Amino acid sequence: MPEWLDLLLENFADPDSATKAWPLLRQGLWLTLQLTAVALPLGMLAGLVIGMLYALGGRITRAVLIVYIDLFRAFPVLVLLILVYVGLPFVGLTLPAFAAAVLALVLNNSGYFGEIFRAGLISIPYGQREAAAALGLSPFRTMRLVVLPQAFRAIAAPLASNALELVKATSIASLASLPELLRSARVAQEQTYNPTPLMLAALMYFVMLWPFARLVARLERRMLARGAR
Amino acid sequence: MERFAEYYLNLEILQRYGPEIVAGLWVTLGVAVATVAIGLGMGLAMAVALIARVPVLRWVIGAWIEVFRTLPQLAVIIFVYFGLPYAGVTLSPFWATAGALGAVLSAFAAEIFRSSIQALPQGQWDAAAALGLRFRTTFFRVILPQAIRLAVPLLTNRTIAITKGTALGTAVALPEILGRAQSAMAISANPSPLTLAACLYLILFLPLVVASRWLEASRVVPR
Repeated sequence: MPEWLDLLLENFADPDSATKAWPLLRQGLWLTLQLTAVALPLGMLAGLVIGMLYALGGRITRAVLIVYIDLFRAFPVLVLLILVYVGLPFVGLTLPAFAAAVLALVLNNSGYFGEIFRAGLISIPYGQREAAAALGLSPFRTMRLVVLPQAFRAIAAPLASNALELVKATSIASLASLPELLRSARVAQEQTYNPTPLMLAALMYFVMLWPFARLVARLERRMLARGAR
Repeated sequence: MERFAEYYLNLEILQRYGPEIVAGLWVTLGVAVATVAIGLGMGLAMAVALIARVPVLRWVIGAWIEVFRTLPQLAVIIFVYFGLPYAGVTLSPFWATAGALGAVLSAFAAEIFRSSIQALPQGQWDAAAALGLRFRTTFFRVILPQAIRLAVPLLTNRTIAITKGTALGTAVALPEILGRAQSAMAISANPSPLTLAACLYLILFLPLVVASRWLEASRVVPR
């Protein structure tokens, strides 16, 4: 075996370091999944509420919502996390790292999901709602049975894409010293003086997220093909 | 209210640490420009290589796209800065951040460029061939300009989202806005520097977000 390959394997695929890191990484993965399980539904729900309020609201409601959406889309999510986790305790509001990470992710993504739902809901012609009203459907049932199903189809691609970005963004919780997957890998690296745990964490992220990345790419291609015609 | 102002808008502290934090703006801008240049340049080159079906290279590029589209930005930055030195590649915090974010952007950009090129109707190629244009002329004068216009909305959104990742450079001791604000906050035991950092980020990114909204609404670019 050439010397350089030997060196690479020793540093990035060391079985010893991998065995030691495994329990830490498994715990980290579990925490990453928990963060996702809490933040993703909440973020989507907040976005859906914002989108529906916009679709049903008057001029002032709409202006306020646009400002809200753009403010949170302009803030890097890490800046939000630091504000929540390090800044709020000064006024006596101390959140545990997990709650702080969820809050930052949900606020940030309520902007992104809000914009997606907003664009999707207003893309449905108003005649659809008038027709539903003429049939005697209540505004709520019109939303649920007529407008939302059509909107969902139109926004499947950005919705899936943003959901994937949210899962990836859980990694910033490591900077609020929450031992999720990335943080666990860093800790294990420092314990074993070897970057194999980092390699392993990257592999775990890849195996977990790759199917979704493929799905998003397929949905986006279909959307572009529709736009070209 | 008074306590709130003392903590979050403490003028004395802002005066002392303000200049230092504002100086971080230049680092943030530098990383952002480098990221966009690396990402869009590499992305376009990779898309062209994919369309031209360059043997072997297309497999390498395919793998590159899958990996960097899938991994979290922060994980890539951490790997580049803390992992690559073991393989003999040591980068400064600036280039580790710009390189990692550039790699992520290049993967998304390549995919968007390629999809846009493929989304154009076959008739465009046929018409150019009927006019007697060579492959190169067809590609660069007929196909690419239309594809780029098609790609703009997806591309601007993705570029803004990834440039916001410059704040992640804090994790590898990049002296940009957020990192400087955090150390000023630690020294002064007051979060006013953070308020300033948040405002600077808004000044930097809010115009971009509003511009992208305008770009989509005005249909300068067909959807």
